[in-house]
Amino acid sequence: MPYNLKQIVAEKPSRFTAGHRMCAGCGAPPVARMILRALKPEDHAVVSVATGCMEVSTFIYPYTSWTDSFIHTAFECAAANAGGAEAAYKALKRRGKIPENETTKFIAFGGDGGTYDIGLQSLSGAMERGHDMVYVCYDNGAYMNTGIQRSSATPKFADTTTSPAGTVVPGKMQSRKDLTNIMASHHIPYAAQTIAVNNFKDLYEKAEKAIYTEGPTFLNVLAPCPRGWGYNTEDLMKINKLAVETCYWPLYEVIDGKYIVNYKPKNKLPIEEFLRPQKRFKHMFKPGNEWMIEEFQKEVDKRWKELLDLEEITNREK
Amino acid sequence: MSIRERLSGNEAAAIAMKQINPDVVAAFPITPSTEIPQYFSSFVSNGEVNTEFVAVESEHSAMAATIGAEAAGGRAMTATSANGLSLMWEMIYIASSLRLPIVMSLVNRAVSGPLNIHNDHSDAMGVRDAGWIMMFSENNQEAYDNLIMAHRIAENKKVKLPLMVCQDGFITSHSIENIELLEDELVKKFVGEYNPDEYLLNKDNPIAVGPLDLQSYLFEHKAAQAEAMRNAKQVILDVAKDFEKITGRKYSFFEEYKLDDAEIAIVCMNSTAGTTKYVVDNLRQKGIKAGLLKLRVFRPFPAEEIANALGHLKAVAVLDKADSLNAVGGALFQDVTSAMYVNKKEVPMVDYVYGIGGRDTKADDIESVYNDLAEIVKTGNIDNPYRYLGLRR
Repeated sequence: MPYNLKQIVAEKPSRFTAGHRMCAGCGAPPVARMILRALKPEDHAVVSVATGCMEVSTFIYPYTSWTDSFIHTAFECAAANAGGAEAAYKALKRRGKIPENETTKFIAFGGDGGTYDIGLQSLSGAMERGHDMVYVCYDNGAYMNTGIQRSSATPKFADTTTSPAGTVVPGKMQSRKDLTNIMASHHIPYAAQTIAVNNFKDLYEKAEKAIYTEGPTFLNVLAPCPRGWGYNTEDLMKINKLAVETCYWPLYEVIDGKYIVNYKPKNKLPIEEFLRPQKRFKHMFKPGNEWMIEEFQKEVDKRWKELLDLEEITNREK
Repeated sequence: MSIRERLSGNEAAAIAMKQINPDVVAAFPITPSTEIPQYFSSFVSNGEVNTEFVAVESEHSAMAATIGAEAAGGRAMTATSANGLSLMWEMIYIASSLRLPIVMSLVNRAVSGPLNIHNDHSDAMGVRDAGWIMMFSENNQEAYDNLIMAHRIAENKKVKLPLMVCQDGFITSHSIENIELLEDELVKKFVGEYNPDEYLLNKDNPIAVGPLDLQSYLFEHKAAQAEAMRNAKQVILDVAKDFEKITGRKYSFFEEYKLDDAEIAIVCMNSTAGTTKYVVDNLRQKGIKAGLLKLRVFRPFPAEEIANALGHLKAVAVLDKADSLNAVGGALFQDVTSAMYVNKKEVPMVDYVYGIGGRDTKADDIESVYNDLAEIVKTGNIDNPYRYLGLRR
């Protein structure tokens, strides 16, 4: 059945409920909501969340926004927590303590800090061990919960509180880590990069595949942050669209090693379109700083070409 | 019918785990506890248990995965030593705060640095305020027995706290001694099924674990943990009584060895107690009234009971196999002296930091402590209560 947003929203009530305290214009809550909607209504989920914005604003004792079972322990171990729960699930099923016909799915969420940086080891370990789980990184490109510090997901030149754009150093001087490819290199059955665009179609479909592909799977979802990026809260969906149309955030999936680029813009927009509405890149538009935009564009082009090459190589007839 | 065997401490721990047959074991190799997950994974590979063994990529993940497993509703175990426990440190506190009765085998080893793989108690002492029940074992038999009793204590509804069973690295973990094992069926019956009230995998009653817990609640939650630790005291005694019924082996918070009529005594934990008993016996033959208090349960700390057991002595030496580097003495000494003061027992006391980094502690060393105590009794002069035993000057 083709994807239909209205139908999905009508037939699948949100499992991530209102009342949480995430910011207006934050990209993360729609991501969590839509990913959980991809669960079959009859299936139970154990959601494991790393310390970060999503955790501290959705489960403040004694209130929770999560209707499925939920666990949070620390910053770097959402994957290991989920892996441990999944191991118990296997054992309890084997021992007949959980009915055969009952299904529980394991979904971990972490921000880029908890995933690209401090949680990378835990994530890599869990993926290599083959737990039947999905790890979702909601990538907002910095440590937003502690007040916008740079992470290895922060794009080059971004102004953050630990890579401030100053008179000598113009923001973060390093390019961002390519986590989706790192995860694909674990040779897991499914890894994908997605974002909430187009009525959430891409996000929903990839979430469904990730949840219901057996084994470890990974989703990297760009989740803009109005406070860290400096855009107007109502522009969330516009920013998402520009990230895709400029090829800053390509939509693709890697299924059993084969790359599929899901969207190739007919008119690839210049990167300025994505950078301009964001205060974190404001200094790049000052006279004399044109080189920064050029360099940024080159990096985007290079990575886009690499991705297209990977698609070509991995789909070649043997 | 008990089974007579010859096993190392690590083998004894692994066999206890096999007989317990937990739902999940997650562990990472580290000397000297490595053999425990090694033996255990061979039980898994050969179908002797049907546990899910998770070969994690670090000790941090070992504890994170056991937390996930236990919260999910499974019985989860792990084993580690020294730096492994240090890497777990963050999760150790979280495990107890979530009231998860995880059971760990801690094979004591010096925490770096510099790097040293041999026995002392600096690993255990680093987590003494983390809200875990901590039991120490003189030999392989006690390491085994304590593990068999562990789940009954940890999972008790009035307790619900994680528990670690300590044994001395190499000295116990790698020494083969005689041991009496229980039959598999008897262990299974004694340990029982784990049926938590609330758990993640209960589809009919989903729960949320590990909130942001702010000023309005954290204090009460910590007080509840403290209460659980106090409750654990009675439960430990009750379980020991049941254990005695099936084994004839008697356990309490501590063992009093020739302490009743003693005038001078040593307080220590783990394998040093074995050496000390030998010295006590020799001294008794010479007419010296020496005794020993071997502490088994370090957390909860049986302060009043210790004070009552030591109150009649003329001098006491506490042996600390970890230095607290605080300019006043080791952790065990601090706890014992505080117990004596609060319970109004005035006995001259000295601390000996000993055995650091696996420095051998021989019978002569222990005897020198008793000689020092006799001197204190004679002169009433302590001079320096914070001493070293076996330190090269």
